Amino acid sequence: MSFLEIKDLHKRFGSVEVLKGVDIGIEEGGFLVLVGPSGCGKSTLLNSIAGLESITSGEIRIDGKIVNDLHPSKRDIAMVFQSYALYPSMSVGENIAFGLEMRGVSKAEREAAIGKVATMLQIEHLLKRRPGQLSGGQRQRVAMGRALVRDPKLFLFDEPLSNLDAKLRVDMRTEIKRLHHKLGTTIVYVTHDQIEAMTLATQIAVLKDGILQQVGSPDEVYSKPANMFVADFMGSPTMNLIEATISQGTDCLSVEIPQEDRSLSLPVPNAPLSLRDYTGRPVVLGIRPEDITDLDGADPRAEHIAQADCSVEVVEPTGADTFVVTQLGGKEVTGRMRNASGLSVGSRVPFAFNMGKTHFFDPATELRIA
Amino acid sequence: MSASSTDTALRTGTLARVLIYTVLIVFAVYYLLPLFVMLVNSVKPLEEIRQGNMLAFPRVFTFEPWIKAWGTAQIGVQPTGLKPYFVNSLMMVIPAVAISTFMGAVNGYVLTKWQFPGHRVVFGLMLFSCFIPFQIVLIPMAKILGLLHLAGTTSGLVLVHVVYGLGFTTLFFRNYYDAFPTELIRAATMDGAGFFRIFRRILLPSSGPIIVVTVIWQFTNVWNDFLFGASFADFDSQPMTVALNNLVSSSTGVKEYNVHFAGAILAALPTLIVYIVSGRYFVRGLMAGAVKG
Repeated sequence: MSFLEIKDLHKRFGSVEVLKGVDIGIEEGGFLVLVGPSGCGKSTLLNSIAGLESITSGEIRIDGKIVNDLHPSKRDIAMVFQSYALYPSMSVGENIAFGLEMRGVSKAEREAAIGKVATMLQIEHLLKRRPGQLSGGQRQRVAMGRALVRDPKLFLFDEPLSNLDAKLRVDMRTEIKRLHHKLGTTIVYVTHDQIEAMTLATQIAVLKDGILQQVGSPDEVYSKPANMFVADFMGSPTMNLIEATISQGTDCLSVEIPQEDRSLSLPVPNAPLSLRDYTGRPVVLGIRPEDITDLDGADPRAEHIAQADCSVEVVEPTGADTFVVTQLGGKEVTGRMRNASGLSVGSRVPFAFNMGKTHFFDPATELRIA
Repeated sequence: MSASSTDTALRTGTLARVLIYTVLIVFAVYYLLPLFVMLVNSVKPLEEIRQGNMLAFPRVFTFEPWIKAWGTAQIGVQPTGLKPYFVNSLMMVIPAVAISTFMGAVNGYVLTKWQFPGHRVVFGLMLFSCFIPFQIVLIPMAKILGLLHLAGTTSGLVLVHVVYGLGFTTLFFRNYYDAFPTELIRAATMDGAGFFRIFRRILLPSSGPIIVVTVIWQFTNVWNDFLFGASFADFDSQPMTVALNNLVSSSTGVKEYNVHFAGAILAALPTLIVYIVSGRYFVRGLMAGAVKG
């Protein structure tokens, strides 16, 4: 049985149903990231686990014990808030020790616990200061210290990095991952940043409109998205989703992308049975930017590279790679090119499509076909 | 920031400036004149005032009127001076301000951080109480004080002022706490702090400015109140304002204007001191939350 288990969780605010039957579990020591666009219910879900919001129906278990009606302070959990929520009138040390003080831990034990956590987070020199005198990154550390010091069963993080600047965010992300690795704690982490989700999680749960879209390891969610929403949400730049039709080629299925002059036909080798059923019918072809490359940049291990000439519309250099935008099937399609020298807007250049890494979705249900 | 960028107003001509300052000075003098007249005449012997010319500086300087107003002047029938009534006012104003401020703070805390169904209606009704004129509540209040056996006592006056002040103090604290981050309350809840512990440890230490505003507001109102004092107090619980009226309007003997002036200043002094000591917080507190940043 999972360490944290959520069964058929519903939450309504008046007539609005925010969570519509969520089922998730996470093993002890796991790192579950709840990800989704704003308003998808991920923060509500986290607050329900914390006990800060009551739930309408369903069941939340922590370590086998139902906590539905347990007060937040009795659930043995700690939370890091988006705004850090440091008590402005207390020093850093008092902030960290407040939870222990409320639980009646003696002063000597508190001091020892503060010292240990401060050393771990390298904030010993800040203990006497007020939160107002700290930088964003330091506040973030203190907020984590306040959660760590109580040594709870479960840690909850509510978009903890969203108030930091880009560089610090990457540093803290690494730090959180290191802490998780070192302490082996169970963490539930909310973010709208899919890169944070990919880098941190052992399990990703993608939410949209209060419905769980997919739960799985980062690799599963990335390489086998369950539907078009997940495909579009995970990955940056986003996956190209192109309307196309499946037809029977000479020796295998092929996908036809309608173009202005004549349609572009790409072979689909080793097509699974589920895709064969769609022969002659419209589908949505999904292909990630890194699977559309220049000929030299194509993955040497890829078995099926299809080539097609496309006209270049936009060139966006990022340093390491260059994103090249073209038109396919009336949609903008982004490819990622290693070597962009000599690319000029308007020219027609050959693009290499890695057909072993394509995704197909049903245009009506938006679910994954293959 | 450079010096020039702080000057946001358009540069005006010298003539315009002279005009502006003239008008300002005229108005300042106009408003300071009464205080000047009171101060000057409160340190003159009575004969000098009788000769007319209220604006002249004293030829003979004396503190006699002040001493008399404080200790020996005839108030109603007793020659007690204003001293016992000053004490009455203090006995009334201190508990009234403390209780109404504390209750306003708790109300504001509940109305923003422990919201219950219908909290808007409750707040709306409390806000409405700010607009009820004093005169309307006189008779029902007299009835209630009678029922509670508090008629004619200082405790009764304290009750009246607490009830009447609650609308304002709740409004002040509610608006202040509304801007207080709810995540802090949630963090403290998860840390295991209860209702009053959160209030005392998290909210109160951050409430300095609004407490100052509320205290000034309540102190000024309660101290300066005349109607409730005149209506609900006995001879031995009358506040300063009522005593001052009795001093000034007593019809026996000569009218000692110098004593009256001294008494009036004595009556106004506490509010003046409270305002001078913490006035800068008042302006700051009233503006708090009005503009972001």
